[in-house]
Amino acid sequence: MKKNRLLPYILPLMAIPALVISIALKNPTPADGAGLTLPSGFNANIVADNLGSTRHIAITKQGDIYVKLNRAKNGKGILYLHQTGDKATVVNGFGNYAGTGMYIKDGYLYASSNEDVYRYKLNDKGEVINPNQPERIVVGLLNRREHESKSVVLDNNGNIYVNVGAYSNSCQEKDRQKGSMGRKGCPILDSAGGIWEFKADKPDQHYGDGIHYVKGLRNVVGLDWNQQDNQLFVMQHGRDQLHDLFPDLYTTQQSAIEPAECLYALKEGDNAGWPYIYYDQEKHEKILAPEYGGDGKKTAGEGTIDPAVAFPGHLAPDGLLFYTGNQFPERYKNGAFIAFHGSWNRAPEPQAGYFVVFQPFKDGKPDGKWEVFADGFAGTQAQKESGNAVHRPCGLAQGPDGSLYVTDDNKGTIYKISYKK
Amino acid sequence: MKFIKSAFILLFLVIACSNLKAQVKHSSKSIKSHLTLSIANGKVVYTQNCASCHQVDGHGVQNMNPPLIQTSYVLGDKTKLIKIILNGFNEDVEINGNTYSNTMASHDFLKDKEIADVLTYIRHSFGNKASAVSVAMVKSVRAAKK
Repeated sequence: MKKNRLLPYILPLMAIPALVISIALKNPTPADGAGLTLPSGFNANIVADNLGSTRHIAITKQGDIYVKLNRAKNGKGILYLHQTGDKATVVNGFGNYAGTGMYIKDGYLYASSNEDVYRYKLNDKGEVINPNQPERIVVGLLNRREHESKSVVLDNNGNIYVNVGAYSNSCQEKDRQKGSMGRKGCPILDSAGGIWEFKADKPDQHYGDGIHYVKGLRNVVGLDWNQQDNQLFVMQHGRDQLHDLFPDLYTTQQSAIEPAECLYALKEGDNAGWPYIYYDQEKHEKILAPEYGGDGKKTAGEGTIDPAVAFPGHLAPDGLLFYTGNQFPERYKNGAFIAFHGSWNRAPEPQAGYFVVFQPFKDGKPDGKWEVFADGFAGTQAQKESGNAVHRPCGLAQGPDGSLYVTDDNKGTIYKISYKK
Repeated sequence: MKFIKSAFILLFLVIACSNLKAQVKHSSKSIKSHLTLSIANGKVVYTQNCASCHQVDGHGVQNMNPPLIQTSYVLGDKTKLIKIILNGFNEDVEINGNTYSNTMASHDFLKDKEIADVLTYIRHSFGNKASAVSVAMVKSVRAAKK
């Protein structure tokens, strides 16, 4: 009798170990090399550390590394590292300017400061031939300190695409001022808040020499050329501070998760709608910005494009890479990796992000839900939630063997993620 | 049952605290309790107006929003500090070899007392220790600005 009465209580308890085991099996396993959590079969190694503020990264055919520093270190804004096994050592540095952009295409290394774009010819060993005399191909892009980084990517027709971030949060009369309304016909959009296309081989191009390729993008850091679609994709950093600026319209909780960080597939002439609208990832709608008469519900944005994928707010996508390698399992091929630098604009709610996400693609279109691919950069849960992340993912690159490289611009760490069957 | 018990304890504490607060107000001649109250009020102002950029623990945001911990901007000249609140701040700040570039909007909509309280709070928090900022001082800096 006694036994029977206890049974209903004991049974659920007995289920706990089974549940724990099944969760453990389903969840990604921690990789040993670098303290990251990755899907089963993947492993991460730290190939270099303490390099400075390592932003975007490019890998040569030989497996050597160029990485751009956000702040020049000892007068060097680009580092060149030689890789042997799973370690890379700094060979030299050059380029005395700060910046973010770093990309290799057709025998040239492209790099950006916060105003200009340069390129350096590579020899057949992947070494920069003349580090002190780059060709300056684009000059005089706006740098007004906010959203100042200029990321670059090339297509297959000799064109380079450069983002010029808006020097504003939402084109208010007074930037980030509580209750300040939006400037009529936002004047920022003529020379910032978009993507410009230039020739990859023509020296000293100004705005007027390029094509104003896409308008209405607040700020882009991660961008990549999709080879299947032959099309530019970018990750926009959505606007900040809905609650701070319009506390009567938004709660701190709404403000922490909205608006979306958007992946856009772009065509020439597109308009993504900043500053007049933002994208609500829960309602799947373009919402009129409060600075322009919105109330948090009114939709707007006729003629503006919809995102290909909408991610939760403020996670700060700084790196985008379409995986074309053969090392990872088949489902990763042609899908998108996105490095999320991690939020600051969720306080007093917990901060989030600081991970690398994978978005599956099929036939050049997003296919299924995104998933966290690499996590654990931030350190402990407390470090993550307070925004005191130890490492912050930024740049992504693919090695010749199909490994994935991730930079961290906080401690200057470069991770190499590989897969073994 | 346990829940109800702890709810009662919480309620008791809240009542006790509000009594304490009332008492503090009455004996505001005591500098120490005046300071405690100013810090407590300042924390409320901070949470509503400052924490989203400078973060709850004052460490700021890499490259963007400067930390409020052990910097001369916070611990130094009080007039300068009051002016940052009133005028906003729109230039690169360098602290311990790092630069911070986000625009800080003017917060002149805060009342003199709110500014005094929030500055007193940040000068006594996050490991900082510096003298309080008085309402009179905020008033005179604001008047001089006009």
